[in-house]
Amino acid sequence: MTPAVLTGDLGRTFTAKPFGSKSHKPVTVTALSHVNLEIPPGELFGLLGPNGAGKTTLIRILSTLLLPSYGKAFVGGYDIETHPQKIRSLINMVSGGETSGYGMLTARESLWLFTQFYGIPYNEAFKRIDYLLKVVGLEDRANVKLHDLSTGMRQKVNFARGFLNNPSVLFLDEPTLGLDVHIARGVRTFIKEWMKEEEGRTILLTTHYLQEAEQLCDRVAIISDGKIIACDTPDGLKKLIPGRIRLELVIQPVNGRTPSWNDITGLNLIEEKEADNEILFRFLLNDEGIVHHIMNRLVNSEARILSLKKHEPDLEDVFVAITGKKLCDDETAEPPEIPEQ
Amino acid sequence: MIEGEGFWKFLERQIRVIIARAYVRVVGMNREPSWMLFDVSLPVLYLAAYLFLYKSMNADETFMGCLVLGGSMVGFWMNVLWGMAGQFYWEKEMGNLQIFFLSPISRMSILIGMALGGMYSTIIRTLVTFFLASWLFHVPFHVTNIWTLLAVFFLTLTALYGLGMIGSSVFMLWGRKGLFLTELLHEPVFFLSGFYFPVRILGFVVAGIASVLPITLGLDGMRQVIYGGVTNIIFLPVGTEILLLGILTVLYGIGACYFLNVMEKRAKQDGRILTRWL
Ligand SMILES: Nc1ncnc2c1ncn2[C@@H]1O[C@H](COP(=O)(O)OP(=O)(O)O)[C@@H](O)[C@H]1O
Ligand SMILES: [Mg+2]
Repeated sequence: MTPAVLTGDLGRTFTAKPFGSKSHKPVTVTALSHVNLEIPPGELFGLLGPNGAGKTTLIRILSTLLLPSYGKAFVGGYDIETHPQKIRSLINMVSGGETSGYGMLTARESLWLFTQFYGIPYNEAFKRIDYLLKVVGLEDRANVKLHDLSTGMRQKVNFARGFLNNPSVLFLDEPTLGLDVHIARGVRTFIKEWMKEEEGRTILLTTHYLQEAEQLCDRVAIISDGKIIACDTPDGLKKLIPGRIRLELVIQPVNGRTPSWNDITGLNLIEEKEADNEILFRFLLNDEGIVHHIMNRLVNSEARILSLKKHEPDLEDVFVAITGKKLCDDETAEPPEIPEQ
Repeated sequence: MIEGEGFWKFLERQIRVIIARAYVRVVGMNREPSWMLFDVSLPVLYLAAYLFLYKSMNADETFMGCLVLGGSMVGFWMNVLWGMAGQFYWEKEMGNLQIFFLSPISRMSILIGMALGGMYSTIIRTLVTFFLASWLFHVPFHVTNIWTLLAVFFLTLTALYGLGMIGSSVFMLWGRKGLFLTELLHEPVFFLSGFYFPVRILGFVVAGIASVLPITLGLDGMRQVIYGGVTNIIFLPVGTEILLLGILTVLYGIGACYFLNVMEKRAKQDGRILTRWL
């Protein structure tokens, strides 16, 4: 069976003038480095990584907008360098947070314009448009001019655009970026339904929300600094860190004394938050035995334990364990709310 | 063309793209009829200033005709400069450029659609301005041969919009510098093309150089046909001008395809041209 997406040793570098620097010597940025991926048809494949990891670069190469610096890439069995037009007839792409269309046209007309790029006949086109506008909850705004819609609504129109041509391979670059929680939830539900609707549809979805990857994707590749560092099912990925557990500890320090953790081997402090004289620590432990060391330190510091919770590791823990980095560099960035299954 | 697709299917899809993209402009104009008011009243006002001056000097009627025609045709130059040459830039700002390049279409179809849409609205404006100004200021005209007039007019437009299409890709390659250039080009072109006077006044050499701008030849040719039989303002015979405009159309058409390809290739290589924030 021809893979929906196949890359061989794919890489991309950019040369850019350093911003704000006086030297005019261009610097070389590695956006993607020796990427090998194979996505079979019918798979919802996730690419999980922090900002700047190279997710968008990979999507742009696969959707024929950018050439690789080295290596090969195939979509639907076609080489992106030699058969871009063929690939374009099979794919579509949506970047979350982006809008498209013309302010003078209504949402319905803008989408009609894009259906014409795929030669979709009039009746068929409007049938799909009306269906998709309903999916994104804009059926009552279908005939409102785009420049009278809010940015969020225009983003939804752009999301609908990606499905107009029934692509066999769909690239979704952070599709829920900037969407309200309940709309993001609707989007995720629709993505799942759309995959089921017809056999053989493939989605490559990038995200930096680990729950999104975990909940939605059949397989997930973890990308960091342009390199794929792990690729498996969400459960498979968690097995990469056997025996590890996550602890969440909330304490109240006494006399301002806080325990120090840095010399305990096998203990990884992921997060530390302080509020109202309470401190929250999140740890990733290499094995259960380390809990004992933690308790010792707590006793020595005389801190009051307010709560101690043990969790199974999630994808973020996998990410931290493998890269030694945090997924979300932005402390305030809350992951999206995931609906109960 | 997509592999495995027949020629007719390909053509049908391109025609759909052209119609769809042209539709944006047609609808745009119909939805904001107030634009029409500005687009017509401003050139007419501008013309009025000159015409009163000419009238007070008892200038020859052919000169007034020159003025009315030039003033009416200004819209085309503006449309080509801002609506064609600047258009890819705006499409990028609106997030559409990337989608064009993601779609299995000929990018030329997009440009042709833009051009046709722009021509449609500008032709209407030009006609209204021309008849209104001729009537208001009692400038008589006498068309000697309608077919010659149509030939000059449409060849002027094809060559002019061809030039605009070249501009749209070249400006993407130049980035913001392109927009500055547009503003820079604005006034000199008005002058060189002879919008407000017969270009012959500039002398044969300057007029010849200015003829790389199709509007120069177009205005000169149309004046000869519209203000029947005048000979004192002619730069080149109409027949020659039709031929030259035909050649320019072909050259600029080829140039538009060429620069479009260069632009796409460059965009795919350095990854900066198509996306909004880079
Ligand atoms: N056109 C470009 N020019 C220079 N650097 C770029 C360009 N596009 C991306 N980069 C750099 O490549 C790296 C990967 O970016 P990107 O693929 O956008 O990451 P992500 O989508 O995972 O956030 C970043 O360091 C980014 O700054
Ligand atoms: Mg990105």
